[in-house]
Amino acid sequence: MTFLRSREAVLTGALLVLLALIATRFPGFIAPANLAAVFNDTAPLIILALGQMVVILTRCIDLSVAANLALCGMVAALLNVAFPGLPVVVIVAAVTALGAALGAVNGLLVWKVGIPPIVVTLGTLTIFRGVIFLISDGAWVNAHQMTDPFKALPRSALLGLPVMSWCAIAVIVGTAVLVWRTALGRSFYAVGGNPHAAVYTGIDVGRTQFTAFVLSGALAGLTGYLWVARYAVAYVDIAAGFELDVIAACVIGGIGIAGGIGSVGGAVLGALFLGVIKNALPVVDISPFWQMAISGAAIITAVILNSRTRRAKGRLILRQTEGHA
Amino acid sequence: MRVTMKLISATAMAAALLANPAMAQDDVRIALVVKALGIGFFDAAAKGAEEAAAELGNVELIYTGPTDTTAEGQIEVINSLIAQQVDAIAISSNDTDALVPALQKAMERGITVISWDSGVAPAGRQMHLNPSSNPLIGNMIVKLAADHLPDGGDVAVLSATSTSTNQNIWIEEMTKVLPEYPGINVVGTVYGDDLADKSYREATGLMQTYPDLKAIIAPTSVGIVAAAQAVVDAGKVGQVNVTGLGLPSEMAGAIESGASQSFAIWNPIDLGYSATMLAYELSQNGAVAEAGAEIPMGRMGTLTLDENMEGAMADPFVYDASNIEEFKSIF
Repeated sequence: MTFLRSREAVLTGALLVLLALIATRFPGFIAPANLAAVFNDTAPLIILALGQMVVILTRCIDLSVAANLALCGMVAALLNVAFPGLPVVVIVAAVTALGAALGAVNGLLVWKVGIPPIVVTLGTLTIFRGVIFLISDGAWVNAHQMTDPFKALPRSALLGLPVMSWCAIAVIVGTAVLVWRTALGRSFYAVGGNPHAAVYTGIDVGRTQFTAFVLSGALAGLTGYLWVARYAVAYVDIAAGFELDVIAACVIGGIGIAGGIGSVGGAVLGALFLGVIKNALPVVDISPFWQMAISGAAIITAVILNSRTRRAKGRLILRQTEGHA
Repeated sequence: MRVTMKLISATAMAAALLANPAMAQDDVRIALVVKALGIGFFDAAAKGAEEAAAELGNVELIYTGPTDTTAEGQIEVINSLIAQQVDAIAISSNDTDALVPALQKAMERGITVISWDSGVAPAGRQMHLNPSSNPLIGNMIVKLAADHLPDGGDVAVLSATSTSTNQNIWIEEMTKVLPEYPGINVVGTVYGDDLADKSYREATGLMQTYPDLKAIIAPTSVGIVAAAQAVVDAGKVGQVNVTGLGLPSEMAGAIESGASQSFAIWNPIDLGYSATMLAYELSQNGAVAEAGAEIPMGRMGTLTLDENMEGAMADPFVYDASNIEEFKSIF
């Protein structure tokens, strides 16, 4: 627990240094209102990173989150166009359920068919994008076709913050309770940390992984609605490549790709770190040709920092095995 | 389980074989290759190409492209078209240079290759059809901003990717004519990579960096929509005018909300139509792509090629509150 805490401390420190650096070039960035806007802009990344964290904890990976998001977003938009009278809450519930179902497809293929998660989700990634093309006929759903309540929900303010931010906060709290306080949450760690031992303690590894995929899918479905409503447009390519941002956020946040290691705080900080970079680059007046290099360097630096922290107090069993090999 | 898997793979293979188009060898097969499938602009171009095919009678049109805007995806598409031995390829490219080897291979096999909309380097095509002339577009995008700024002011450009061929040329041409618009001060160019979220963020960044910003010029259909949404969300409708190049169906909301006063686009239907006509002329009617050549393109008149084997189709057309209703259902 102490080492978990220290990794989050390192990340928090890095985030503060980053904010300080940005403030020297653009002081307005650290104004509370702007920080709230940055948090709001990062909300989709936070939500997806938490779903991805749970999946990675079980030694799996979900590459299909962005495609799932795009498909659910498109379905939300099409539902809104086809039935303008449908309450937005119903649409949100429907696409969250759809996202969960899509996640269940991933989960079943991993659990029952035994295909490696990276292959399964690489396949479903393409299939989901293809399905968007089929259901939308390749056409965009544009702002003027969507109803006003549909577009208004994520940005309507509640106690000073937009609903989209509250969704992220709710997901953070929910995931924290899930992984810390429930048997299922602990079994995510057990399955990823040592699958064999998990089996002996009576945990069904496949079922746990399945549950993780369903959770990740449901969160992607919810984010799909938020994304489409926020940018007021739905098309095949929305959130293209976003799965890589989500995984990067997890990696920066210290979620071990080998499974079993990671915390809600880490995932959230990792997402915020990327979110701050994404939002700061446009205002600090750096040549766009450098922007990608800077993002990449930040990821690698963060990962090195993380692995150092872990190496100091890491898993002894692994180190000994390495020594003998 | 293994039997099931075998069955599934056998079915998939059979489906793939069946999916190959039945080849009607009598027809002239013209492939319209676009940057990516699913983009409204290119779907409209395909509509025009179908119109040309119907007019010509003996043309089978193949509308194709990758699912994302990458040069790699287009190279795969080109290779498959070479294998299918099409008669002509008309392509809007994702990369000026990367496609050249694949397209040269196509030309070596006797396939007519032209580029349209976003060009390929001269070595990779016989001719290029510009939707409009670059100087005219460059002038139009700054004129759109200037028309609503009688007293001048700060404007910024939101482009697609920093390597996007057509975007960079238009911005360059815009810079050339800037002295003709006194008071218009271009403060910067940012890149939204044709992603809604990044474009939105860049537009928000522009409004933060330049509080006196009067207009955002986005010569890209994803960017202009995202910038308009960013202006609405920032509560700056009326202060910041979003303009540039966009599609009427996608911009209708922005015109309605007032975030955009006006924008321009050529007619993509005409563009697909002209590209198909030109490909047909070069492939079947013995038209030769050479400097000064005048090649007919049906109802769009004739195209005159310059020394770079490029020609301009027509002027961009301005859309605003007065005509958006009429066009938003078309494309």
